[in-house]
Amino acid sequence: MTIELTSSAVKHIQASLTKRGKGIGLRLGVRTSGCSGLAYKLEYADEVQAEDVCFESGGVTVVIDKKSLPYLDGTQLDYRREGLNEGFKFENPNVKSQCGCGESFGV
Amino acid sequence: MLLQISEPDSPAPPRERKRAAGIDLGTTHSLVASVPQSVATVLPDENGRVLLPSVVRYGEAGEVTVGYGALPWLARDVTNTIASVKRLMGRGLADLGDARHFPYHWAETSGMVRLKTCAGEKNPVEISAEILKALRVRAETQAGGALEGVVVTVPAYFDDAQRQATKEAARLAGLNVLRLLNEPTAAAIAYGLDHGAEGVYVVYDLGGGTFDVSILRLSRGVFEVLATHGDSALGGDDFDHRVFCWILETANLPPLAAEDVRLLLMIARNAKETLTQHETAPVVTTLSTGLRVELTLTAEIFTEITEHLVQKTLMPLKRALRDAKLSIEDIKGVVLVGGATRMPQIRHAVADFFKQPPLVNLNPDEVVALGAAIQANALVGNRSLDSGEDWLLLDVTPLSLGLETMGGLVEKIVPRNAGIPLTRAQDFTTFKDGQTALAIHVVQGEREKVADCRSLARFELRGIPPMVAGAARIRIVFQIDADGLLSVSAREQTTGVEASVVVKPSYGLDENEITRMLEDSMAHARDDMQARALVETQVEADQLIELTQHALAEDGDLLNDAERSAIDAALEELAQRRQGQELNALRLALAKANSATAEFAGRRMNRSVQKALTGKRVDQVSGIRNQTVENG
Repeated sequence: MTIELTSSAVKHIQASLTKRGKGIGLRLGVRTSGCSGLAYKLEYADEVQAEDVCFESGGVTVVIDKKSLPYLDGTQLDYRREGLNEGFKFENPNVKSQCGCGESFGV
Repeated sequence: MLLQISEPDSPAPPRERKRAAGIDLGTTHSLVASVPQSVATVLPDENGRVLLPSVVRYGEAGEVTVGYGALPWLARDVTNTIASVKRLMGRGLADLGDARHFPYHWAETSGMVRLKTCAGEKNPVEISAEILKALRVRAETQAGGALEGVVVTVPAYFDDAQRQATKEAARLAGLNVLRLLNEPTAAAIAYGLDHGAEGVYVVYDLGGGTFDVSILRLSRGVFEVLATHGDSALGGDDFDHRVFCWILETANLPPLAAEDVRLLLMIARNAKETLTQHETAPVVTTLSTGLRVELTLTAEIFTEITEHLVQKTLMPLKRALRDAKLSIEDIKGVVLVGGATRMPQIRHAVADFFKQPPLVNLNPDEVVALGAAIQANALVGNRSLDSGEDWLLLDVTPLSLGLETMGGLVEKIVPRNAGIPLTRAQDFTTFKDGQTALAIHVVQGEREKVADCRSLARFELRGIPPMVAGAARIRIVFQIDADGLLSVSAREQTTGVEASVVVKPSYGLDENEITRMLEDSMAHARDDMQARALVETQVEADQLIELTQHALAEDGDLLNDAERSAIDAALEELAQRRQGQELNALRLALAKANSATAEFAGRRMNRSVQKALTGKRVDQVSGIRNQTVENG
């Protein structure tokens, strides 16, 4: 089981956490939603729950609940600029289909 | 699409215990109770007395005295000292029968009665509010702050006017009424019957001046009053009076002064109370005339002289049973309420009548207030703070709630741990062309497949107008009220046809079961992911097969034989893979079928465009354009 953050993602997360002033790391997950079935959850993590698994990447703690883990295993999280936007991008090898808007995906 | 980090769904902040109380607003006395630490207790006044006599006195100087302080005035200042105001709640003069039986000065009014006192005209709501205010002060002093809300009890037979009056009195006293609760139900809650087996229970309430019997049925955690009966002029005071008469006869006393009557009534009452513990009670006193009374009341004599009173309580019991069309064998338990039920002969009579011993281990004076306090504590949301015993009434959803979608998958609508009350809505659509009904299956659980979740309810939305698949807009709303009652409604947006169902989602689930369901969902995460992927692909395959067959029937002439057989072969393989459990093989077959039909789909598209344009005159088409230009 691995989750990897790119160096630009690490930089941005650390900056965001410092600016926010609290939080132990980043929480990733999936929830059922959208047109293709599943959508990513990307949140600040304030605590680790019993059902969570923690990863360390580039000095950032990544918290994932066990239920989401199989959907995210092997994911690389990148922070990048696309045109005028910048933000996080999930490179997830489990994804088999994606809906048009890109919000949701299928496995 | 690029994502941003969002704030976590704020986990429920550590909650402080909210202050709530239960109030038994009684005819002769009132009580207040609360649940300071998971166990309900009644709150005493500064002198350690729990009961507050329901007596209010308006003084010359405008001062208001409530409770023990007002008692001595009952005899001396009748028109300004009001007792048993509960009998007047929500009543007009016409309702009272003969208003002259009351010692008060009535004001002329068409609505609820008004009493002329030296502090002006007062109605029963204002008078009751004084009693409630005294109890509020008592509760707030001991709780150390304002009350969040209270539950006030009323007799089961109270009508809307009487209930409304009780609510208004509480509001006037500065209380937030969470709910009015029937007194017998409160007693049953105090005994925890709402957590026990379903069935029919009898509440036998013999107070100071009134007797009430109620038959309750507990089903799905909710009490329903099946029947009530009673005698509004029968109570513990009548037993005192019997002893008083016995003293007069036995000691052969001459007519007495008023103060001696009061003295002897008190002696009689003490003797009655002594007999709940002892076989004999001394009746010893000296009257104002110097006459000495020295008697011994035995339990035997007491039973004899009050026998007809005990029998009198059995009549309403029989009538209530008859009204509810029940026999004694149907009764699961009997609860005793009211101080007078301490008398051993009452307990024996009830036990004989129902052929089972009644529940007596709670103080019968306090049991109604205790039940109200438990309910109030639950309603303000303190339950989850008090050990897991009270999982039936939760203020968060213990498990996710969702709907069954195509292929037996669960679409979660309300996530687990969502605070209640809440409302969540999501739009759904039809799966097939011309579909006029939608089966709605409400499930609870964390797993991906319906089969692994708990089924809560099923209902159907009918009368959807025939449309192509995906055109209908059906809004499904999940609503959970403060009592944890879930109602699910479905509404087709264009026609407004509606269907709904109400369920109690946490009913019958205990903490272990909830924990197990959660752990299961973690343990099966990978299986569930595979299962979801398979089912989703299967649904997709079904849809493609159906669509293609439909298209072949309609536009099959667009294909030559070779093309047709290629499509048929691809569909056949897909249908075969659809039956299996091999996800990758199914995906492959699906992709093949998709590409085999791509050319056909393109030709159909061209044909329908041609169809849309043929038969239209050029000026019709251009007319639209002209209009657009003019508007632009």
